[in-house]
This record gives sequence, C-alpha cells and structure tokens, in this order.
Amino acid sequence: MAKKLELFLTFARISASCFGGGYAMLPFFQQELVEKKGWLTDEELLDLNAVAQCTPGVIAVNTATFCGYRTRGVSGALCATLGILAPPILIVLVISAFFWTYADNPWVQYALTGIRACVCALIINSTVKLYKKAVLDVPTLLIFLGAFVLAAFVGLSPAILVIAAGAVGLARQALRKGADR
Amino acid sequence: MILLRLYWEFLLVGLFSMGGGMATVPFLFDLSQRTGWFSAADLANMIAISEATPGPIGINMATYVGYASAGVPGGMIAPLGLVTPAFLIILLVSKLLSTLWQSPKIQGLFYALRPASVGLIAAAAFAVCAVSLFTWDGSLTLHWPSIALFGVMLVAMNLPKLKKLPSVSFVGIAAVVGILFKMTT
Repeated sequence: MAKKLELFLTFARISASCFGGGYAMLPFFQQELVEKKGWLTDEELLDLNAVAQCTPGVIAVNTATFCGYRTRGVSGALCATLGILAPPILIVLVISAFFWTYADNPWVQYALTGIRACVCALIINSTVKLYKKAVLDVPTLLIFLGAFVLAAFVGLSPAILVIAAGAVGLARQALRKGADR
Repeated sequence: MILLRLYWEFLLVGLFSMGGGMATVPFLFDLSQRTGWFSAADLANMIAISEATPGPIGINMATYVGYASAGVPGGMIAPLGLVTPAFLIILLVSKLLSTLWQSPKIQGLFYALRPASVGLIAAAAFAVCAVSLFTWDGSLTLHWPSIALFGVMLVAMNLPKLKKLPSVSFVGIAAVVGILFKMTT
C-alpha cells in the first residue's frame, strides 16, 4: 500500500512540476526514477522511452504505466498512471473554468491573438524537430507528403491515414524480406 | 450520452496518435470539424494553454477539449479515454517489450508510421496557422501583426541562447505583445 501511494505521489509530482510533456519530461524521469528511487536503470529508461514513443498515446503517461507495472504489477501501473494524470486534469479544469468566464473580455482577446501567433511558431518548430527524426529517405519523404496533402487538402480522416501508413510499412517490410531471399 | 461519446472519441485519438502531445492535434482538429464541439480557434487557444500548464500536453489538451465539450465530467472522461488504449497495450506486451520492439516487422511498421504522423501534424499546423495568421474565404486576408509576431517568435525559439527556455515563456511574451499592441484578427 505504501509503495502504491509512493508511486502515485512520485508521478503526480513529476507531472505537476514539468512543462511541455514528452521529450521535455525525460530528464525529470531520469532524476526521480533512476537516481532518487532506483526503480529503473538508465538503460531501462532509454528502452522505455523508445517503446513509449512507439506505443500510441501520450509518451509521459506510457512511461508512468510501464514503470508502475515494473514496480508493482497491474495495480502499480494503475497508481502511476492516475498519479501522472491527476495534477494536469485538476489544473486544466480550474484554468478552463476561469478562461471561459473571461474569454470575451477584449484584453483577453488581445492576449489570445498574440498567443495564437506564438502557438503557430511552437507547433511549426516541433513539427520540424519531429520531421528530422522521421523523414530519413525518399520513401519516408513520400509518406510524409502523402499524409500531409491528404489530411490538409483532401480532408481524409487521420485514423485512416495512420492505418494506411501502417499497411505500407508492413508491405514494404514483407517485400524486402522476399527480396533478401 | 455526450460523455460516452467523448470517452470513445478520445479512446480513438489515444489509439491512433503516435509520438506524443502534438500528435493528438490533427485528431482534435478532425474532431472539431466533425462534431462542432469546439472551433479551430478554440484549438489554437487549447494548444497555448496546454503548453503553458504543467503536465503532458496530450493530457492537458484532452482535459481542455473535454471541458469545452461537456463541462467538468467531460474534462475528466476525455483524458481517461485518451490513455486507455496505451494502458492496455503496455500491460499486454510489457513482458515481451524489448524483444518485440526490435522485431523487423515492428521496425518496418514504425518506419512508415513516423513520417505519416509528422505529415498529419504538419497538416494540423497548417490548419492552426490558417486560423491565426490568415483568413481564406474566397479571398486571402493576411493578418500582418500576427505574421510578424509569428516570425519573431520562430526565430527567437531557435536562437542558441533562447532555445532552452520553456515554451511557456514564449507564450507569456506573446500574450504581453498582444495586449500592448491590442492585436486582433
């Protein structure tokens, strides 16, 4: 019981103290889980990060689920996951309630106009970073362009495009295996 | 009933978005188009709030969208839906993880999924910029003050000295600039 509470509190603390999510959280995990608690080794954390990025969903939450499972089985996974979820849900609920009350205020509108311009820069910046990691050669460039055009200008559902890309990846792998033989 | 629908929609987002917070944006844009629960401009505000609050971006976005769509219960249901698929997948495969993830099949799968995911994020980035920087309703209207601020922010974020600053500091500066110049679109 004490261990489960510790899991919940540790992940709640990491979640509440770290801005940006995903990659930005890695150093926090490293400090808390490897150095302070000794729940994971550095190598496990790296493997885990790779797996968490490949598993669908939110990277930081996946890391918490996996670490909780390693430490205390299914109930540990549950405690760690709820721990990482609780602070952002509470904080965002409070902010949203506040936000909708003042959203029509002209000063809030001025601020939001500025913020939206900044969000464009943020999202383009992170797109470029992800692009560098994912687009490595001509086939990946074609997949990138295909997904971009079909989503932006044809309006195909992202889920369909993800499934199609997965099929392309598996087919390519099967073809290469056939060619090797 | 909207709660059940929210849970289901976010379960799908959680199942199909690969590569963290920003990967949920194209799905949320799709959701806003299909349901009308929130607008594309709301989505841009949500990204800003998610970047500016602690915690994983995907969770912040889900909470915000859930709240905008169905109040406090919505704000709690949506993030739970988002994490359900990954939670189950991790429990199911964690014993096999290290071997499974090095298998050529999985590697081949992700070789194609990663660029597709970035393509989707780029399309969502385009949609968000379309709301904030220009308007297209038969003719093109450019919002020059926003475009100027966007350019300055993009350069600032990539300056070696400022690169390490958390995104929230840029969001804060942009808010102050917006107020000082009484920016509107």
